[in-house]
Amino acid sequence: MDFDLTEEQRLLKDSVDGLLTDSYDFESRKKYMQEKGGWSKAVWGRLAEQGLLGLPFAEADGGFGGGGVETMIVMEALGKALVLEPYLATVVIGGGFLRHGGSDAQKAAHLPGIIDGSQTLAFAQLEKNSRYDLFDVATSAKKKGSGWVIDGEKFVVLNGENADTLIVTARTKGDRRERSGIGVFLVPANAKGVTRKSYPTQDGLHAADIALTGAEVGADAAIGNPEDSLALIERVVDEARVALCAEAVGLMDESLKTTVEYIKTRKQFGVAIGSFQSLQHRASDMFVAAEQARSMSMFATMANDFEDAKERSNAIAAAKVQIGKSLKFVGQQSIQLHGGIGMTMEAKIGHYFKRLTMIENTFGDTEYHQRRVADAGGLI
Amino acid sequence: MDLAFTKEEQAFREEVRQFFRDNVPPDTRRKLVEGRHLSKDEMVTWWRILNKKGWGVSHWPKQYGGTGWTSVQHYIFNEELQSYPAPQPLAFGVSMVGPVIYTFGNEEQKKQYLPRIANVDDWWCQGFSEPGSGSDLASLKTKAERKGDKWIINGQKTWTTLAQHADMIFCLCRTDPSAKKQMGISFIVFSMKSKGVTVRPIQTIDGGVEVNEVFFDDVEVPIENLIGEENKGWDYAKFLLGNERTGIARVGVSKERIRRIKELASKVESGGKPIIQDAAFREKLAACEIELKALELTQLRVVADEGKHGKGKPNPASSVLKIKGSEIQQTTTELLMEVIGPFAAPYDIHGDDGSNEAMDWTAQIAPSYFNNRKVSIYGGSNEIQRNIIAKAVLGL
Repeated sequence: MDFDLTEEQRLLKDSVDGLLTDSYDFESRKKYMQEKGGWSKAVWGRLAEQGLLGLPFAEADGGFGGGGVETMIVMEALGKALVLEPYLATVVIGGGFLRHGGSDAQKAAHLPGIIDGSQTLAFAQLEKNSRYDLFDVATSAKKKGSGWVIDGEKFVVLNGENADTLIVTARTKGDRRERSGIGVFLVPANAKGVTRKSYPTQDGLHAADIALTGAEVGADAAIGNPEDSLALIERVVDEARVALCAEAVGLMDESLKTTVEYIKTRKQFGVAIGSFQSLQHRASDMFVAAEQARSMSMFATMANDFEDAKERSNAIAAAKVQIGKSLKFVGQQSIQLHGGIGMTMEAKIGHYFKRLTMIENTFGDTEYHQRRVADAGGLI
Repeated sequence: MDLAFTKEEQAFREEVRQFFRDNVPPDTRRKLVEGRHLSKDEMVTWWRILNKKGWGVSHWPKQYGGTGWTSVQHYIFNEELQSYPAPQPLAFGVSMVGPVIYTFGNEEQKKQYLPRIANVDDWWCQGFSEPGSGSDLASLKTKAERKGDKWIINGQKTWTTLAQHADMIFCLCRTDPSAKKQMGISFIVFSMKSKGVTVRPIQTIDGGVEVNEVFFDDVEVPIENLIGEENKGWDYAKFLLGNERTGIARVGVSKERIRRIKELASKVESGGKPIIQDAAFREKLAACEIELKALELTQLRVVADEGKHGKGKPNPASSVLKIKGSEIQQTTTELLMEVIGPFAAPYDIHGDDGSNEAMDWTAQIAPSYFNNRKVSIYGGSNEIQRNIIAKAVLGL
């Protein structure tokens, strides 16, 4: 039992915090949003230079062999700075599929580009009616010669606009909600039959709705078993959930800090409004919520290595519930304590609130995961 | 960062658990599970078993009978004790006055009191709160006046837990009425059998009698019963309240109660099937379990921090433990109420005499719900804890 970071982890934290302090103040972020695709290639390059894009990959694959704690450190820092760049889509999810299911050839084809920052990925999973069920897949992948033909529609694909390669879930057999018969395919974003409709999301990121119409890929496009990859998908999405928990902790830390600073300086009735007990108690409750979230983010990071997949998923679902509840409270009360200024696009707090809000609705919201934990018989 | 318990820690947990299985009197355990009050004899019997094992004052320094365990071991011990469940050591002696005596007392006092605290030869109670001094404790009025080789004590304490069993009291008394609030207070200990001490029980809304009013009418106390320095009592009180945080989250208690909720909820029917099969109920229970898991981790973070950096100053994070811990305890009692539904109503006039078997499993659930409203009030109300977080953590 040890909650401290190792010397190396502390150095990692310092370096990523340092990089973001230099390059990611709120004004710079506004500029990055205006760049093509909605994020900064230059910042992405710096993340690559510092080795952050290769962090979770094995040294043999050109990475740094980082584990869950290292990813937690990076995601927290990215949250704190409200970073737009597609770390989750490319390194955590795209990289996750390659790490857990990729063949040597697939790794050799994609990891170098991820690690040096020249390639980004996107996870095309959500469908019109699938909501949060990962096994609910209508998109089909049919055998053609030795390869596959993919047909279907995917929605709100984060980084879908910019990605070089899409990771697409598609059904090779069975009915829409069957747990078996699901495959995962690497599809070049510029493949024939792939059309993308891009748009900004509420939190300033970019996503795309993607139609696959007779998109043909080779036999080497399937990651893992094309007829039975749900376990792989669940594993990678669990890691994405853990990463989102850590990002949310960073966002909450910064929201609370910003809000406390604000109520210390904002004066009404001749005094700082932070001297009023009702606001002090609200801020204290925000602190409690953020600490409970931090604890569960750590728990989820640890659970990621559980051998039993059911136990792992249950623990991570529980973490997502706590994060969801905490982020809603911290986010909403940050706006409330800022008063009118919190409602403006000009103030940064609203942007934190919006990113927090979108995290709740990504890969299962609070209700969804609470039901999962309840159906699994709880935690105790 | 490594959040798993080590092999040694897991083995220690097993050792502790086995000891409880072998040594906690079954009837004592049953009464705790059912939320009943224990008799003085039942409690003292168990504490002496624990003391004989060498675990009665586990967190004291080794020279006074402590175990030398790590913070994590203490955590495991407390959790197992609470969730078995077995009676926790008498906090007033073991966690409160004991540490004050071995930290600020003289050799004579250490020799006289510490072994008797460990073996519960003396039952201690706490004389802090007064009718006019609750959250604003420093406004207390009970007076100790020096007269020759004696203190003459006059005043009134209240909410004195289990004073009806007590042999000794540690008392905050005003010894310098001219000094500023916190400055003129002393920490004095004396026998509850002294002439002029009157105990009047207060019945609480659960029907039980845990707390009392205690009156002092010209009580004569030997001068050497002052602990530490005269007029420094407030410092000792703060030290004592800082020590109280061990186990304040009561994670083990809530775990045990959740197991009980599950057990009852799979028996009691609603809509023709066990209430545990009701999705809405199950989700409410899951929500509570998740909060508890988060609290457990938060507590472990505080424990690990103490292990690394020493206890030193009270950790303001313990206010988080107090707030969440009390809220969750209260939620578990609400869930129990929900499970038994209309059978919450009967009032158990027979007590635990076996004459009313049909009621035995429900009789204490409503009283326990009523009784648990106290947990967000005592030990510094949750509102006081929010003040502490605002000031000490957020700098407001």
